Amino acid sequence: MAEKTIAGVQVNVSDDGYLEDMSQWNEDIAKEIAQEVNIELTDKHFEVLNYLREKTAASEALTIRGVGKSGITDIKGLYKLFPKGPLKFSSKIAGIPKPTSCI
Amino acid sequence: MDSKEKKPLEKVCMICAKGALEDVYATLVMANGAVMEGIETKVFFTFFGLDGITKDQMLRLHTATTGNPAMRMPGGIPFPTMLGGLPGVEAGVSRMMRKQMEELDMPPVDEFLEMITAGGGEIFACKLAVDMFKLTKEDLHEEVSDIITIGEFYEMCDGDRTQIIFT
Repeated sequence: MAEKTIAGVQVNVSDDGYLEDMSQWNEDIAKEIAQEVNIELTDKHFEVLNYLREKTAASEALTIRGVGKSGITDIKGLYKLFPKGPLKFSSKIAGIPKPTSCI
Repeated sequence: MDSKEKKPLEKVCMICAKGALEDVYATLVMANGAVMEGIETKVFFTFFGLDGITKDQMLRLHTATTGNPAMRMPGGIPFPTMLGGLPGVEAGVSRMMRKQMEELDMPPVDEFLEMITAGGGEIFACKLAVDMFKLTKEDLHEEVSDIITIGEFYEMCDGDRTQIIFT
């Protein structure tokens, strides 16, 4: 665990940069983490991020299949929003722990 | 800071030659996992593995209830081979396996193929095996992009951070 300042806020992050405490998250933090992985966040991105945060808060397992069925976007769309890391990058930007899901 | 230079995988090429439920799913899980990690992914189905991409077979794959020493009943009691040979047992066990996988949000085979291609992964069928089983492109799922020779598959496996995985 390390401390890091993102968007002017002191947060605790894991070794690979995931927020340790999802309540420290805000939209500016999301934008800054997104920049690190070269993603420009749109409203659609935030819909996905909020969905992931809600599911995490409810202790539900995250899968790209689940996002695909959420009605926000399909799996192809999810890959377009978060290229090369539909769950890995979206979770990081959403300020939630690194997903442990294989699907 | 970590000073070790990491050389992440850039491409995985998978070969699925067996058609049991767990063989096909092992390939699909690993292929989908690679796509989700941003790794270029190619999957080659051959011999009995073709069942995994054949429309008529893909949704009713079986797991072997005979000759499978790891097969156990619920509760961990050994599963007698003689029982596994009775009519309907293999179908029942396979149905149960599929149900348990669905509970873990593992999709049916056709949907799994769509997930892989949605992320840019590519699915191929082996020409020799397709000819041998007298199949045509129409018998195969829409997500299969082509029927190719093993030579053509190897040509796709170039690059020094590429791995070939045989499941």
